[in-house]
Amino acid sequence: MQATSDEALIGRIATGDKVAMQVLFARHHVRVYRFVLRLVRDQTKAEDLISEVFLDVWRQAGKFEARSAVSTWLLAIARYKALSALRRRPDEELDEEAAAAVEDTADNPEVALEKKDKGEILRRCLTALSPEHREIIDLVYYHEKSVEEVAEIVGIPENTVKTRMFYARKRLSELLKAAGVDRGWP
Amino acid sequence: MMTINETERRDIEALLPWHAAGTLSRRDAQRVETALEQDQDLARQFELVREELGETIHLNETLGAPSARAMERLLAGIEAEGAKSRKRRSFDFTAFIAERLTLFSPRTLAWSAVTAVLAIVLQAGLLAGLYINEPGSEVPAAYRTASASTRSLGSVGSYALIGFAPQASAADVTKFLDDHKATVVDGPKPGGLYRIRLSMTVLPKADLARIVKQMQDDSKIVRFVAATE
Repeated sequence: MQATSDEALIGRIATGDKVAMQVLFARHHVRVYRFVLRLVRDQTKAEDLISEVFLDVWRQAGKFEARSAVSTWLLAIARYKALSALRRRPDEELDEEAAAAVEDTADNPEVALEKKDKGEILRRCLTALSPEHREIIDLVYYHEKSVEEVAEIVGIPENTVKTRMFYARKRLSELLKAAGVDRGWP
Repeated sequence: MMTINETERRDIEALLPWHAAGTLSRRDAQRVETALEQDQDLARQFELVREELGETIHLNETLGAPSARAMERLLAGIEAEGAKSRKRRSFDFTAFIAERLTLFSPRTLAWSAVTAVLAIVLQAGLLAGLYINEPGSEVPAAYRTASASTRSLGSVGSYALIGFAPQASAADVTKFLDDHKATVVDGPKPGGLYRIRLSMTVLPKADLARIVKQMQDDSKIVRFVAATE
């Protein structure tokens, strides 16, 4: 049996079908939540934001033109909501948070190395990346978005997507090196 | 082993993350595959990319899931939206009726309006009759509108409330008023009634009743008429 496509669900949502809305939510809310959580780093805020994302879908389902995948549309809305929420935060709070994230990486590599867990260090370094770099790495590796889709979600040209991904990876390698893991690149 | 030029190498290097995630077009995937076979450095870097891919998935999968609160909040939001749209629908219904009315011809609309007025006035007349007709008397008692006392107009004379038949033309009404030496002094009131002055002086009740009776007999012009103060 084939599950109803996301596009068909959106069509039903446009007619006011609440069950279709619940199915779409069940299908995508965890990934959307994780995407938002990685950006805002606040579980309660991330939960609030995904409710808003899906409420926007409820309101705008009739305008969905299916030029992109529904998941891409969801992530684009989620990104906009997350960045708007971040902009409402005081700058000092953001700076402190970013500094704390980097410090965490700098403080803990030795402990991690003792455990010989390269994976754990890598995950710490992924967490310490800037929001811009975290975002693109998540979109490509976890959300499996193509170059074109990332360009659509982030709102940048395709070449910039490739360049930004390259620099995100380069920064990751630098953080790893600072943490004692030299990958021999770049 | 063949080598690839630097420009091509850089292009391929940029595509490695998407190749690892399996999101490249078939053509680009083939390009990358060919380059990986030819360039050991690229192949080594591809291993690093696969490592990043695996740990990014691991990291995201340990982020947990939102609580049921997210769904509850969404459903509450949808309910609130529903309430709003119900309000909108009631407004749209009015618009719908207005739109439909424009589809009728002016003549049809005129007849519809006349019928509606007739129904309202007939109802008003029946209600008025219940109030003003005293059993055993030929003289109708004075009629008051519910909205205001006609005394407030403060003029001396004899008055009546009158409603004209829908088919009566303006000329008919003018002639009717002239014939009875009557003048419209107020109106229209609810139910399409007008207050008319029958005399500048206060007429005896019998005279007033006679005039009102004469007016009532002219059913082509008058739907309803009753003496008032």
